[in-house]
Amino acid sequence: MTVRLQREPFDAAAEAAKLTRGRTDVGAVVTFTGICRGDENGEPIAALTLEHYPGMAESEIARHVEAAESRWSLLGVTVIHRYGRIAPGEDIVLVVTASSHRHDAFAAAEFLMDYLKTRAPFWKRVEQGKGATWVEARQSDDSAAKRWQKPAPRRDAAE
Amino acid sequence: MKLLYFAWVRERIGKPEEVVEPPAGISTVADLMAWLSRRGEEYAHAFENPKVIRAAIDRAHVKSDAAIAGAREIAFFPPMTGG
Repeated sequence: MTVRLQREPFDAAAEAAKLTRGRTDVGAVVTFTGICRGDENGEPIAALTLEHYPGMAESEIARHVEAAESRWSLLGVTVIHRYGRIAPGEDIVLVVTASSHRHDAFAAAEFLMDYLKTRAPFWKRVEQGKGATWVEARQSDDSAAKRWQKPAPRRDAAE
Repeated sequence: MKLLYFAWVRERIGKPEEVVEPPAGISTVADLMAWLSRRGEEYAHAFENPKVIRAAIDRAHVKSDAAIAGAREIAFFPPMTGG
């Protein structure tokens, strides 16, 4: 497991390649990148600033990676979350999951993103023409995270 | 105990952290929010709607009925918007 918080941009392709280098048991890698949009509520934005709770952010992400590892059969997980000022078009967050089969890699990546949105201590502040405002949490993100509380349907590995 | 504030809770209170000694009888996170909001206008503003405020004790999420006895670090913040 790799969990990293950083101000600097990351290289998604290089991070994904690290999970498969020198091994032949990985059959699926899912790479999710969250990107700063150029508008919020229909208004153009100048930039986002991400505040986080150092110490808790790392441990909370690691705890959810461990939960994903116990729920699905994973061969590698990398989560990188940026903080500080981020301009439209720049990357914010990276989740990479590696598995023998695609189902586990897809499901674990989606689970991790849903939990990052609602449980990882980060707060987005958006700079727009009229000033800076804190982004409000979305009900749809809460609902997305809650659906993982149901037991996962068992699937056969024959894919 | 050390208190940490993030995002608009930090902005409304006007500082990122402080050390406080709540009096006897302040036993839960909800009690602590109520006690803090009596300390001044800035705290009252930050905690005016305690239902939306999230809390963590020693870097783990807790509900507002959690006991604060033995806590070293308690953080208050709005719902999270990362990812």
